[in-house]
Amino acid sequence: MGAERMKTSGSIRFRGISKKYGDLTVVDDINLSIAPGEFFSLLGPSGSGKTTTLMMLAGFAMPDAGQILLDDTDISHMSPQQRNLGMVFQNYALFPHMSVLENVMFPLKVRKFSARECLERAKWAIDLVRLSSFEKRLPKELSGGQQQRVALARAVVFHPKVVLMDEPLGALDKNLRFQMQMEIKELQRKLDMTVVFVTHDQEEAMNMSDRIAIMNNGRIEQLGTPKEVYEAPRNIFAAGFLGEANILPYSRLSPDYRTGMGMGHEDSLFIRPERVVLGRGGRPGNDDTGQLHGEVLNVSFLGHIVRYEVTLHDGLKIYADSANLADMPVFDVGDPVSVGWRNPSDIRIINHG
Amino acid sequence: MAESILRQDRGMAVRLPPIGTDKLIYPVLAFLGIFFVLPIVWFFAKSAADFDGSFAAMLLETFTSPMFMTVAWKTVWISLLVTMLALLAAYPVAYTLSRATSFRFTLIIICVVLPYFTSIIVRTYSWMIILGTKGVINNFLVGMGLIEKPLNLMYNMTGVVIGMTYVLLPYFVLTLYSAMKGIDMWLVQAARSMGASNFYAFRKVFFPLSMPGIISGFLIVYILAVGFFITPALMGGPNDVMMAMLIQRNIEVTMDWPLASALSLFLLVITLAIYAVYCRYTDLDKMLGK
Repeated sequence: MGAERMKTSGSIRFRGISKKYGDLTVVDDINLSIAPGEFFSLLGPSGSGKTTTLMMLAGFAMPDAGQILLDDTDISHMSPQQRNLGMVFQNYALFPHMSVLENVMFPLKVRKFSARECLERAKWAIDLVRLSSFEKRLPKELSGGQQQRVALARAVVFHPKVVLMDEPLGALDKNLRFQMQMEIKELQRKLDMTVVFVTHDQEEAMNMSDRIAIMNNGRIEQLGTPKEVYEAPRNIFAAGFLGEANILPYSRLSPDYRTGMGMGHEDSLFIRPERVVLGRGGRPGNDDTGQLHGEVLNVSFLGHIVRYEVTLHDGLKIYADSANLADMPVFDVGDPVSVGWRNPSDIRIINHG
Repeated sequence: MAESILRQDRGMAVRLPPIGTDKLIYPVLAFLGIFFVLPIVWFFAKSAADFDGSFAAMLLETFTSPMFMTVAWKTVWISLLVTMLALLAAYPVAYTLSRATSFRFTLIIICVVLPYFTSIIVRTYSWMIILGTKGVINNFLVGMGLIEKPLNLMYNMTGVVIGMTYVLLPYFVLTLYSAMKGIDMWLVQAARSMGASNFYAFRKVFFPLSMPGIISGFLIVYILAVGFFITPALMGGPNDVMMAMLIQRNIEVTMDWPLASALSLFLLVITLAIYAVYCRYTDLDKMLGK
């Protein structure tokens, strides 16, 4: 398999893709392009349309409107069989009556490779996921992580340009998940393939993706690199879905401050908990400088960070994370604190829309 | 959304403390003991005692007689034919049933199960109306001018096979259905996404996974077919005597109870042998991860 061919193919384009189930629009006019070799995640809560979007790309669901292009070929209405994409299913979909080797050979046998070549290529893929000593086992004789790796080997064994993954790590426990994330990422780099990854786990999406599309109600709320989306959320949904967010509504901010920032009635101030700086003391109520004051309601020791829950004088809650360093100020429940931030870039004004 | 199943069995099964419900089985055990096990023992004991020679010699004589050979062969052969036809007819029905949604499911299940609640005699007579020389099928074919003489669909093996296949069909459909219901359709979808045609995906994935259902259905229907009486008695000709009919004749016509018991021993042995195979294959079920 020449690396040349791989780099120039495997691009995906969605043009105005919509899908309805009855009266319910589950995917609403999606437009996006995914570059060859890109690791692209569709991130959203359940019912956001992310899985339906993937299913339309895989060919298990047909769009009601729009086009899906794979390297400029319209695949919108092709059967899954014709699309030539690799896929890792949510619960792996390993064939229970076939051994690991037979499972991995399946896509090759379908493609009518010679028996010798089937075996060679399957062994290569099994080796890739480090399961060589498990070839003869049945799927149910493997652990969850091993089953996951078989599914992965089966998805890449025929060198598809694009591999689709539908919440592939959902059934694994936390430590294993992280390890598998790294393995998938490494495999994707090694084979230089385009990956479209569906997940509802924001950490997973941030850890693995080149770009993330945050979906909600069948639409893409925001699209960008993990850093872009995390640091500059476009709206409240994106802010709240990716990471923890403190949202201070217009009405809670002092008039001077609001004018200074040029905020409209629909705007809110957004700040990540790790950017919040707590100061000792402070009077109740907002002073003229726009400084916020409150009282520590709760202290959670999370190991690497200490999370403070602070209530402002009007009951609004703010979370502040401080790294667990030797020289950090420590607050107790009930301590009066001032709430602020270091740099203007720590905050962002976002719209409700 | 993928409605697929998480069938992993991680962790150990926890043994729950007994709550005494196991005692509920005693009345049934007592019933079966009194009305099933005891009569069988008594039946063979009495037959053996009634005969003024050795029971074994009688068995040998019976089982080597030409009449027994013919009937035994016919019984085994008709049952096999019926079971295979029932499989062919039941497989598509069960498949559709296992994939059908509420309304269609109800419709099909009514069509399959309702006849099952109707008396077997009524159903057999209905077939006689359909298959007879002046029956619906022959009237239609003659009327259309497709044939000159009515076909002999009844009082021969054709009639027996048609009638028995029909009566036994629901057993096969329901057994296959329960096996197919457990097959994760995402596996077939997965095969399709890996480039398999519909037929290839069926042949390599769905069909092998439905095999436990085929085996159970085959054995259940075969066991039932071997002991069939009413349908072959009503729809068969003089040459289509099955074992159960021979037993009935020996009891009611010639009053030869020892011979009848010897013949029923044959049925019991066949049934137990098939049941042994059945048990072996239910172990295979577990091996396949069902």
